[in-house]
Amino acid sequence: MTTIAPAPTAAPATPRPARRGSLRGVLVLTGLLVLAGLLSLAIGSRNIPLSTVVDVLLDPDGSDASTIVHGLRIPRTVLAIAVGVALGVAGALMQGHTRNPLAEPGLLGVEAGAAFAVVIGIYAFGVTDLTGYAWFSLVGAGLAAAAVFAIGSTRGGPDPVSLVLAGMAISALLYALTQVVVLRDVDTLDAYRFWAVGSVASRGMDVFWQVLPFILVGLLLAAFSASTLNLLQLGDDVASSLGLHPMRAKIIGVLGVMMLTGAATAACGPIAFLGLVVPHVARYFSGIDYRWVIPYSALIGGLLLVVADVVGRVVVRPGELQVGIVMAMLGGPVFIYLVRRTRMVRI
Amino acid sequence: MTTLTVPFRVGIASWLVPLRAGLVAAGGLVVLAVLVALDLALGDFDVPVADVVRTLLGGGDPGQQFIVMELRLPQTMVAVLAGAALGLSGALTQTFARNPLASPDTLGINHGAAFGAVAVIVLAGSSGYGGGLVSGTLQQVGVPLAAFAGALLTAALLYALSWRRGIDGQRLVLIGIGLTATLVAGTNWLLVKARIQDAASAQVWLNGSLNARGWEQGKPLLYALIVLTPIALLLARSLNVMQLGDDSARGLGVRLQVTQLLTLIAACGLAAFAVSAVGPLGFVAFVVPQIALLLTRGSRPPMVASMVFGAVLVVGADLLTRVVIPFPLPAGLVTSAIGAPYLIWLLLRTNRKVSA
Repeated sequence: MTTIAPAPTAAPATPRPARRGSLRGVLVLTGLLVLAGLLSLAIGSRNIPLSTVVDVLLDPDGSDASTIVHGLRIPRTVLAIAVGVALGVAGALMQGHTRNPLAEPGLLGVEAGAAFAVVIGIYAFGVTDLTGYAWFSLVGAGLAAAAVFAIGSTRGGPDPVSLVLAGMAISALLYALTQVVVLRDVDTLDAYRFWAVGSVASRGMDVFWQVLPFILVGLLLAAFSASTLNLLQLGDDVASSLGLHPMRAKIIGVLGVMMLTGAATAACGPIAFLGLVVPHVARYFSGIDYRWVIPYSALIGGLLLVVADVVGRVVVRPGELQVGIVMAMLGGPVFIYLVRRTRMVRI
Repeated sequence: MTTLTVPFRVGIASWLVPLRAGLVAAGGLVVLAVLVALDLALGDFDVPVADVVRTLLGGGDPGQQFIVMELRLPQTMVAVLAGAALGLSGALTQTFARNPLASPDTLGINHGAAFGAVAVIVLAGSSGYGGGLVSGTLQQVGVPLAAFAGALLTAALLYALSWRRGIDGQRLVLIGIGLTATLVAGTNWLLVKARIQDAASAQVWLNGSLNARGWEQGKPLLYALIVLTPIALLLARSLNVMQLGDDSARGLGVRLQVTQLLTLIAACGLAAFAVSAVGPLGFVAFVVPQIALLLTRGSRPPMVASMVFGAVLVVGADLLTRVVIPFPLPAGLVTSAIGAPYLIWLLLRTNRKVSA
């Protein structure tokens, strides 16, 4: 940490023991996530008491409350949790594999690819429903990520700096193409701008089932990646001398990021910021061990997205604010506060 | 790897210029001169390149003088200046943060400007002018001013929030990310709330445009470059040492805080002036330093070469938008569309060499 001079600051306080992840932390976060989920079922333009929520959850009785909970709020809550978990994990993987604290899942070109595919879908194929958007963005995300992967890889596998630069380049190119279409056609802009802010509202369970397999495969790959990431932090040479196959490990990790981010973007549109910030917060609580960072990131990601969604429903009643906007508006200042207050754990 | 270096003196200041970087910058200057000449020559009414040169030197007939000096030169000069400013600003931030992902965009400077501009477009927008450029006196005067104010306020906030017994590079970048996210969300919120016509106008501004830019935008930018470029170049030696890490730099006698403050002032100032003149030509500050770095093969993004290539990219984009593309398109998109493939090609070439 930088000081003005090698200043004789007050005798260093007894160093706090480094924070480490623990099962208790995971349990606390899971509890918070469940609580946030229940709140998300209860709060909205029409509030439903928590006891009623639990009743209709266990026994759908066809009342208004039951219809609201099952028809509207369960899908978006489940989706928010799934997408938050996916983006949190994808962010942790991305920062670990690129060893860059500024890396975010969107850097693989996934979000730009999805956006371009959706715009093409709207403009050329007249797609108007969210399920259709999701298919287009899955395909776009996959193609863009594959291109980034191909460009950013040397024969020794994906190289962190090249991967990041390739992601930047592909994203910028696709973004430019997206903008060209949007600028030439106001109707497309009108449909696209609501997709582009990212929202979990008015998606049915079908979107959730559609992306769930991708998220599950991504989480599985992430689980494989967790322990290898710890070794990769030491550099490829050390890692391979310790018996790791760096290229295989990296390919697994990057595939995981592709799956998770692609699915999340397909479901909710680009949700910036979450994948970038959540791993930093997770590391603050869990230390640098990726076997803890990844589950912590997953839970904190889910929590953040659900809470942001609930807040978005409350602040501008009876309307609502898109979750992407709320999250960044709330999360930005909180993140700044965290960065200022604490020594962030470095990658 | 040894690099050939050549000493270069101006008065009391002296630099060791790496030979390759110097050659690359010189090559870039030649390309820039050609592009500027073409940019002045081509358009709705073509003027032969030889006549352009003669007109610039004071000759030529009145018609050519009007076209070249009055119509085309101001916009071309704004393009050159904005490109140079953004390139240098990007090189400074990337060097400062020791991270290729850092740029005025990631630090929130551009987004502060964008928020200011979009706020004026959306909140003061009663012109009901769809899909085109902003119109109305309030907007014409107000948008660049608001953008400039937004950028400077963001820069001040960034520095104030990052200060905690000194500035730490990584903390600054993370705070910048937080600011960026908040500002982007604010801008998006304005866009969603706006009427579709205003949203379309804002989208045009957000993509950066050189259209109808003249001396009133160019002059402030020119003054900023005249003041800030020498500061940046004088910082080169300290920045080189800072690549070794903050502690080593301090050990080697670099005045870390002063260097960091001056670097930030130069980077943010250049970005603020450039963005308020032409809108956020985002990709330039991001990618030009990396392209220059791949070409010069130095240890950090080179400053002079970044300026030259920034100017090349933006003038090239201006030329393409005016002459080649049959429909109006913001220059910011064209810079991405030509910058990105070039970066991809450079990456492919470099990676093949590494693995061969």
